[in-house]
Amino acid sequence: MSTSIAHLKRGQKGVIREFPDDFLPIKLLELGCLPGNEVELVQVAPFKDPLYINVNGSHIAIRRSMALKIELDLIEDTPSV
Amino acid sequence: MSKQINVALIGNPNTGKTSVFNQLTGLNQKVGNYPGITVEKKEGICKLPRGVKAHIIDLPGTYSLNTTSLDESVAVELLLNKNDKDHPDVAIVISDVENLKRNLLLFTQIKDLEIPTILVINMADRMVRKGITLDIDLMEKKLDTKIALVSTRKKTGIERLKKLIADYKNLSISPNVDTTVIAPEYFKSLQETFPNENLHKLWLVITQDVNFMPLEKKLIKDTSSFNTKSKSELKRLQQKETIKRYQFINSILKETYKVDANAAKGLKATLDKILTHKIFGYLIFFVVLLTIFQAIYDWSSIPMDVIDETFVSASEWVKDSFPPGMLTNLIAEGILSGIGGIVIFIPQIAFLFLFISLLEESGYMSRVVFLMDRVMRPFGLSGKSIVPLISGTACAIPAVMATRTIENWKERLITILVTPFITCSARLPVYLIIIALVIPEGRFLGLGYQAMTLMLLYLIGFGAAILSAMVLNKVLKIKSRTFFVMEMPNYKLPLIKNVAYTVWEKTKSFVFGAGKIILAISIILWFLGSNGFTEKYENADSIIEHRIQTEGLSVFNQESITNDLEAYKIALNDSIAKKVYTIGPEQVKDSIHRLDKELFEKAKHQEIASFKLENSYIGNMGKAIEPMVRPLGYDWKIGIALITSFAAREVFVSTLATIYSVGSDEEHTIKNRMAAEMNANTNKPLFNLASGISLLLFYAFAMQCMSTLAVVKRETNSWKWPAAQLVFMSLFAYIVALVAYQLLK
Repeated sequence: MSTSIAHLKRGQKGVIREFPDDFLPIKLLELGCLPGNEVELVQVAPFKDPLYINVNGSHIAIRRSMALKIELDLIEDTPSV
Repeated sequence: MSKQINVALIGNPNTGKTSVFNQLTGLNQKVGNYPGITVEKKEGICKLPRGVKAHIIDLPGTYSLNTTSLDESVAVELLLNKNDKDHPDVAIVISDVENLKRNLLLFTQIKDLEIPTILVINMADRMVRKGITLDIDLMEKKLDTKIALVSTRKKTGIERLKKLIADYKNLSISPNVDTTVIAPEYFKSLQETFPNENLHKLWLVITQDVNFMPLEKKLIKDTSSFNTKSKSELKRLQQKETIKRYQFINSILKETYKVDANAAKGLKATLDKILTHKIFGYLIFFVVLLTIFQAIYDWSSIPMDVIDETFVSASEWVKDSFPPGMLTNLIAEGILSGIGGIVIFIPQIAFLFLFISLLEESGYMSRVVFLMDRVMRPFGLSGKSIVPLISGTACAIPAVMATRTIENWKERLITILVTPFITCSARLPVYLIIIALVIPEGRFLGLGYQAMTLMLLYLIGFGAAILSAMVLNKVLKIKSRTFFVMEMPNYKLPLIKNVAYTVWEKTKSFVFGAGKIILAISIILWFLGSNGFTEKYENADSIIEHRIQTEGLSVFNQESITNDLEAYKIALNDSIAKKVYTIGPEQVKDSIHRLDKELFEKAKHQEIASFKLENSYIGNMGKAIEPMVRPLGYDWKIGIALITSFAAREVFVSTLATIYSVGSDEEHTIKNRMAAEMNANTNKPLFNLASGISLLLFYAFAMQCMSTLAVVKRETNSWKWPAAQLVFMSLFAYIVALVAYQLLK
């Protein structure tokens, strides 16, 4: 099932899909936001923004607008909290 | 003389880079700015084995050499520029054992620049708890470097690191990753065009401005002989490069880095759940803010009182022990009170930075940003701006210094510019006395008018700060990162040493940085207030003596002496009637006479002081600006107080006390005297509702604090911003006060 980081529930995981080349800021790539890496949604701030994710071992917070752009393949068996 | 080795510490944020720096240099460090910009430059000296010395620079934390901010580009600039006097002989990359994969990305980038590079794996003490095992020997071989496994907490590994630095000449400088494979032809033509340059360096220079940046392209002057690429093409290559590097890193870590998954997890997840919770998160943050507020508002008042008293008595001691004259006055009233005016801020600064460094060190500050980002974003402020803004309620000086923690320059600048609008504690004495004079004591729905006015003034301050932040966000054209990515670091127990260094360093930089400006302005203000160019000033004593001989004391002083004597007589008779002590009528008369004489002398001194101030340079300035302040409902006396308030707002009250020739320590007397003051132009009380409100609003908005200006100058590294603050805030205050007075009068 395809979805985006912003659509995950807390504790859910997904794998980042291929995305266009100059799509994300280089900083995100360096922090591990690369196609094929696993993402977990750790926490959501009040007002649903920003989102706190664990990607490739990096714990980072990104804004909702950015999270919406990063498409995922949902890993179905992760429990939703 | 032995040669100094230049060493650069570089690493991701939150890897304990500063702890390593502190361990290496101890107190042999100094903090300044890089020339022309506001990026903090930390450097220090470290003694190595065999009597070698190392000059160590702690570069701003960065995730990679692809810069997205000014801080990061400082690091790149230094690594690329061989002519820079600080260009490192050896680079030390600090990494955190738990985030080794990400940290190694930066390591491989620096290694490829052909600079001798040492890898420090920090936080080794956490390995057992996290179930991490490392094969250091194999890793050294694979990365072609030397590794120091360090724990700054347990103080292990630092000696090995020092040895490695001293032996830096034995380090390999061959690159880790061949990045040219991502675009072989492009790199081939690049190398052909610049045969003498390191390819990775060229690539770095070319790609810098893709993401950010003002790096000068000293190297790439002529691009005619090879085809340049578009920004998006370069970005694509950067992505490929990053993937390539991660492949290399993953292949190494697979063999050398093992984590027992069961041992991980735990504390961080639990703490995050609570600290970033929708309700508990805010509650906890509120308690933290309240504690900080309490500390700088309340706890620091104790040492501040001590400092105040010490300097007052020191100044009196100087006046008593040295022959009277210009020099004694300069020391007692100019220099000593100027230094006192600097030292008085130390408790607040120390307390605030104690808390801020605890928040930063523990990892909690990132959670605050996470919680507050959405709320502060519309105003162009950072989630971190909330700490300076709240601290501003105590004092804008430590608050402005606290903005250093905001990484984004635009957000930081906006926070600095709007913080002085927040109602600080120096405005409070002014507010209180004017409110008591012009706002009636009645109540509405159980709330006192006076209390409501005070609350309104606080709200107006916050409102002005928020609104001007919104305007500045629109107006300021500063190139800064438009996206938001923030690491949520692990929670750590703060290291006392790091906290102590921060507090020490901040206090020192205030005293010696902003302090110079504050002292200079205090001496100027003192000079203007205690010197005059007219004969009236010169002969103040004889003029007033003569006036008192012929006309007597001022009506107010006569009345207040009469009242005081009456009260004394009643109290004395009462005591005699109650037989507290028995004295004869002669002694009664004598003691009343003595008191009368004492009060007369005091009143005379006050009238001389008043006359002197009136005829001093400042007095003349006050009179000169009267036409300007008359439409606001003020007279020249208030004009003088406005000028002296520039030293600090609370000086308003004591200046008026001097002008009205009453003792400055009796608040009740000052208030009565102010209430009795008539406006010479309108023959109405000078402090009425209209002029009072006008004065309150003026103090709410005007930038009347030289110490804040001095700190803003220091923090923005330019006179431009404090000048803009002074002009705009004062102009705004003037207009608002003018409108208020004209509408209400």
